[in-house]
Amino acid sequence: MAKLLGLKCRECGAEYELQATHVCEMCFGPLDVVYDEAALKKVVSRERIEQGPASMWRYRDLLPVEDETPIVTLGEGFTPLVKAERLGEELGLSNLYLKNDSMNPTNSFKDRVVSVAISWARAHGFETIACASTGNLANAVAAYSARAGLECFVFIPVDLEPAKVVSISVFDPNVVAVRGNYDEVNRLCSQLLESTPWAFCNINIRPFYAEGSKTLTFETIEQLGWKLPDEIIIPIASGCQFVRHRQAIREAIEYGLVRDDRVPALTGAQALGCAPVYNAFKSETPERVLPVKPDTIARSIAIGNPSDGIYVNRIVLETGGVVEAVTEEEIVAGMRLLARTEGIFTETAGGVTIGVLAKLARAGRWRGDEVIVAYVTGHGLKTADVLASVDGNARRVEIDPTLKSFREKVNI
Amino acid sequence: MAQFRIPGPLRRLSEGQVTVAVEATDLGSAIAALDARYPGFKDRLLDANGELRQFVNVYLNDEDVRLGPGLGAKVSEKDEISIVPAVAGG
Repeated sequence: MAKLLGLKCRECGAEYELQATHVCEMCFGPLDVVYDEAALKKVVSRERIEQGPASMWRYRDLLPVEDETPIVTLGEGFTPLVKAERLGEELGLSNLYLKNDSMNPTNSFKDRVVSVAISWARAHGFETIACASTGNLANAVAAYSARAGLECFVFIPVDLEPAKVVSISVFDPNVVAVRGNYDEVNRLCSQLLESTPWAFCNINIRPFYAEGSKTLTFETIEQLGWKLPDEIIIPIASGCQFVRHRQAIREAIEYGLVRDDRVPALTGAQALGCAPVYNAFKSETPERVLPVKPDTIARSIAIGNPSDGIYVNRIVLETGGVVEAVTEEEIVAGMRLLARTEGIFTETAGGVTIGVLAKLARAGRWRGDEVIVAYVTGHGLKTADVLASVDGNARRVEIDPTLKSFREKVNI
Repeated sequence: MAQFRIPGPLRRLSEGQVTVAVEATDLGSAIAALDARYPGFKDRLLDANGELRQFVNVYLNDEDVRLGPGLGAKVSEKDEISIVPAVAGG
């Protein structure tokens, strides 16, 4: 079944053939993949999905690779959706769930988008994979390029967290450390595009790449017993994945995967140190997202010029969500709260998500029995350095290897 | 003269030219000069209110003009003005 029809501009509707391109020549709007929905409707079903692999590829019918395309996979997706009893109790939420996407092969949700992007690129003859990254994407691109046996160039800000640099470099990609912030790295790559025959995951093959994000929401719905939650809390960087989550909900309803058609509120989380979407949301003109210079420990979502920002605010308003932002202290507090109550160690971006969840809960946003899902998108070891200032020794004692010493120092 | 760098999707308008030199004192007049030479640029770069379109980033010597004075940014000899599609990254 050839299910992929082409690309279409989200703004003006201009249509293009399937190719490695991301912007409309007419209006510069973003391009999205167009599927043969009538054909998919005949095929897609809960049963067919449930028979698929225990990875995000169980939703293959809804991803932009044809049936015969070999995929590049490390078993990404189908990460745990856990009910957060203890965190929920602390926040007064009796149906709180965490989608723990730090359990992916390279410990962030980026494995989903990269698995799709590299599968598409390899099938279309690309020999070199590249990306502009705040770290997590480069990590995934380096790992999946190694897996596929393709050349790899990753472009990162020169001052990226040391743990991220190590977990990128181990895969032996060409690492280009750019003296600038992410937005500057991204601009450089956008300009480089024209003089290299490379597949930049998040630039020229972005329409395909972005589609991988949908699986996070498909899984959430399936793991809730094919039910839509009432609200989802999602971190916002460029807004690319946020937009795809709305699309995933649309598709789940369209293809009959859920009985209910009540669209969940989609709520966005940003760090105040880089909050262009939040600033616009709070202003009179939520669709006018002005760039900022990022200054936050939440590096993986520190995008000052978010390309999908206006769509995020459009979706938030449409679905009855909000955009909220938290301070640096609230980010660290969010990381520690999640660790202490649920045993999940998330990176700073996850601290933003949990920080926003806690802030909204404490401000009385919810009655308490709503089904709320927070997307935890990356592992804490990626940004462990921010916890150096945390007093990790508060409950630590040092003793001699004797019972006497133990009894003297430890109260039990 | 200040130099515009034209991105791939707009080179049909500039008859394939990658760079176009214009005489101008600020970014607004530079875009007007570009449009006078190759008609169509103004429509592609500016919206109905005369503001930069949402999906267009313009960099004056590598600095995003939206972080500064926008279309009022002063332009002088040897300045490079890059037009870059905004939909990227993430």
